[in-house]
Amino acid sequence: MRLVKNIKQYFGEIFHAIRSLITGMKVTGYYFFHPKEIVTQQYPENRETLKMFDRFRGEVILIHDENNLHRCTGCSACEIACPNGTIEIINKKDVDPETGKSTKAIDKFVYHLSMCTFCNLCIIACPTDAIKMAQTFEHAVFDRSKLTKVLNNPGSKLMPGIRE
Amino acid sequence: MITDKTVLGSETQEYFINMGPQHPSTHGVLRLLLTLDGEIIRKVEPHMGYIHRSIEKMCEKDSYQQIVHLTDRMDYLSCHINNEAVCLTVEQGLQLEIPERVKVIRTIISELTRLSSHQLWWGVMGMDLGAITTFLYGFRDREMITDIFEETCGARLTMNYNVPGGLMFDIHPNFQKRTKDFISYFKTKLPEYKELLTGNVIFEERTKGIGYISKEDVISYGVTGPSGRGSGFSCDIRKHHPYSAYDRVQFKEILYEDGDSYARYMVRMDEMVESMHIIEQLIDNIPEGDYKAKTKAVIKLPAGEYYKRVETARGELGVYIISDNKKSPYRVKFRSPGFSNLSALDTMARGCKIADLVAMMSTLDLVIPDIDR
Amino acid sequence: MTLLNFSIYDFSALINSIDAWLVETFSPTLGHLIGLVLVGTCFLIFTALLGLSLVYIERKICAFFQQRLGPMRVGFWGTAQTVADIIKLLFKESLITKKSDKFLFNLAAFVIMMAPFIVLSAIPFAKGLQALDLNIGLFFIISVSSIGVTGILLAGWSSNNKYSLIGAMRSGAQIVSYELSVAISLMTIVILTGSLQLSEIIASQSDGWWIFKGNIPAIIAFGVYIIASTAETNRGPFDMAEAESEITAGFHTEYSGIKFAFFFLAEYVNFFIISAVGATVFFGGWMPLHIGDATFFNSAMDVIPPIVWFFGKIAVIMFFIMWFKWTFPRLRIDQLLTLEWKYLLPISIINLLLMSIVALKGWHF
Repeated sequence: MRLVKNIKQYFGEIFHAIRSLITGMKVTGYYFFHPKEIVTQQYPENRETLKMFDRFRGEVILIHDENNLHRCTGCSACEIACPNGTIEIINKKDVDPETGKSTKAIDKFVYHLSMCTFCNLCIIACPTDAIKMAQTFEHAVFDRSKLTKVLNNPGSKLMPGIRE
Repeated sequence: MITDKTVLGSETQEYFINMGPQHPSTHGVLRLLLTLDGEIIRKVEPHMGYIHRSIEKMCEKDSYQQIVHLTDRMDYLSCHINNEAVCLTVEQGLQLEIPERVKVIRTIISELTRLSSHQLWWGVMGMDLGAITTFLYGFRDREMITDIFEETCGARLTMNYNVPGGLMFDIHPNFQKRTKDFISYFKTKLPEYKELLTGNVIFEERTKGIGYISKEDVISYGVTGPSGRGSGFSCDIRKHHPYSAYDRVQFKEILYEDGDSYARYMVRMDEMVESMHIIEQLIDNIPEGDYKAKTKAVIKLPAGEYYKRVETARGELGVYIISDNKKSPYRVKFRSPGFSNLSALDTMARGCKIADLVAMMSTLDLVIPDIDR
Repeated sequence: MTLLNFSIYDFSALINSIDAWLVETFSPTLGHLIGLVLVGTCFLIFTALLGLSLVYIERKICAFFQQRLGPMRVGFWGTAQTVADIIKLLFKESLITKKSDKFLFNLAAFVIMMAPFIVLSAIPFAKGLQALDLNIGLFFIISVSSIGVTGILLAGWSSNNKYSLIGAMRSGAQIVSYELSVAISLMTIVILTGSLQLSEIIASQSDGWWIFKGNIPAIIAFGVYIIASTAETNRGPFDMAEAESEITAGFHTEYSGIKFAFFFLAEYVNFFIISAVGATVFFGGWMPLHIGDATFFNSAMDVIPPIVWFFGKIAVIMFFIMWFKWTFPRLRIDQLLTLEWKYLLPISIINLLLMSIVALKGWHF
């Protein structure tokens, strides 16, 4: 009797095993015969159609309008907020042509992309919404020095009415 | 298990093998010094420190807002939960009243993080056992969650969505819809996970009864999270010390008594269902309100010691802050789950084979930057 | 000069005419020698092409199982990808570890290539397209293909790497055990054919393939054969010898460049051989699908050239073995041996007995 039971168990195990293996093969087989379900993208080919989400944090940029005006007063709040010393703000004295008073303005807004961890703290620290995160993500360059960027355009000026 | 040293009259000799720091299945730069007798493991000695970045020391010079983004880099698979832990500790110190909206959103994103971590774990677990296809399937489903994160938080992995006092910005208008889409999608895909691995006879053979650790050992080693609950140690912080919105949702704490690799595997599989259940309860009931409580620009915690713990995807994460009323903490200590979980590996692995060790490490779900910090 | 006497359905005329031309042009000895060199060159080219195409096919099939596209960059749909890979491997430095046994280390790469290369000579590709039609063909294949394990053991031993050694020992135990099941399951069909000669085995299936004619024992034998032969070639889920997640790359951990490519190539040629032997013994090799004496159906099937039948059958068997590999987790070494000694071997021995009874009673078709 026990022998029969053992033999039954032996073959039971085999059939259970085969069944479980076939269930697994069904899953992979389904995807093999349904190539429409392929999820991967062909990245460099789909550059035109690839759109990142609005909030995606690619790199810090200084917003300029069409008249080459920006909103950065050079208050260094972002520089303080940054945990990694990514941002360096170099200020200069600007003389107002109308009143003759000298005011503080940015000379260079230096951004070290190589040190940035994209934590977004500089953006929320900015009191004048002068900087934002851009959606670019192809940052690879052949020379490390190219990752140190000056964000303010040459000749750009502070937008009037920001400092108040 | 062969304990006799002489096999067929010839003496066997133990030998050492360095598994790692560069090894496909240590999931990073973990080095295991194995003492082997043929294929049988006699002893496992983990050596750490290959990815130590002194995060705790770095915290001592950073402001409280800046600490948060460093914790992303600890256990990167449950980064939101790490961030939340720091923020909860700071908020506890400041005795801030956090808006309900923040609590609910934090809970939803925590659970999404847990889901994505478990999905990745499932894929990697299959790959460690030799079924490479599971890896791709795990990543396929995880992709939907990372998309949700990218849209709302701005990054896919190191999100840094929390700030002390609330969230960095409000949820994206698409957030609720996308999350609901994901839940309904993943409900159709979870049975696939079961068909591919859970019920598979080879998988059962490879995990059942392997890597046993008793409840007593689990408690004495401080193994928490799914690894601890696989041995019947009820240690879910979400249940025992609810934080954020966990006190208002219904969910089961998954407990398995067997203590083997299969039990730890099943805990995570069932936790995925529970996580979806939690998200379903909250996603339609996000209260209106602010996404951030008002805080000062420079946060100074009153002098004292603060401790808060949360349940990450790997176990209990404790954040311990000593403040001396300056803008950066005097000392920060993270009690990371991976470190304690790893310490139990030796007990589990003795007498097993090399192949079992790989399976065990998978079920412990080690993330090496979490161990080294 | 009757070189134009060429038919896709029967290669014997073509081969004979080439042979006659060689003997006629040169002296008989020289002619035969040139013939041998020619055949050897053909096999070399065939192996190279086989390796290239199989790697590409496997990568594509694996990709589709995993919801990916696979190689897409080099050439149309990535068809030139493997060519590019080979070029890369050729340019790579062939490293030899300092304390390795250099002679054995280099030898292993050739030994492992040798076995499948010799076996290929006995495979009937189409009617009349067979280098060696030995009267002990199947026996020859079984015995020669086991030389390959020597290469694996040599590679593992000489690398002076513990991972390699573990891998080699695993694979030694594995191949030695699984050869039994492979041989016995093939013997099951030999009972019906009464001959070990491959051409006769094929000829005996001219009224139907053995898998259909041989009743239930033939189907069981085929099942055992597929499992055991997958294990014999170290393919997943039985790829313990090179278990990537456990012992990095097993016996070929220390090999680089073109020597690594040899191991890779040998694996794929072995894969081809087991599929070819399976197709020959169970599915009639190049024999088209015939049903008894249904003349019309048989002649309709004969329209498809034998070489297409042969490669078609191999493709189907290969597809299933790839399907296994890309679905299942890997077994552990002791479970692998349990599977062989506790399940496959008893089953195949009983199956052999069963087949003998079937053959005696004439229950087969």
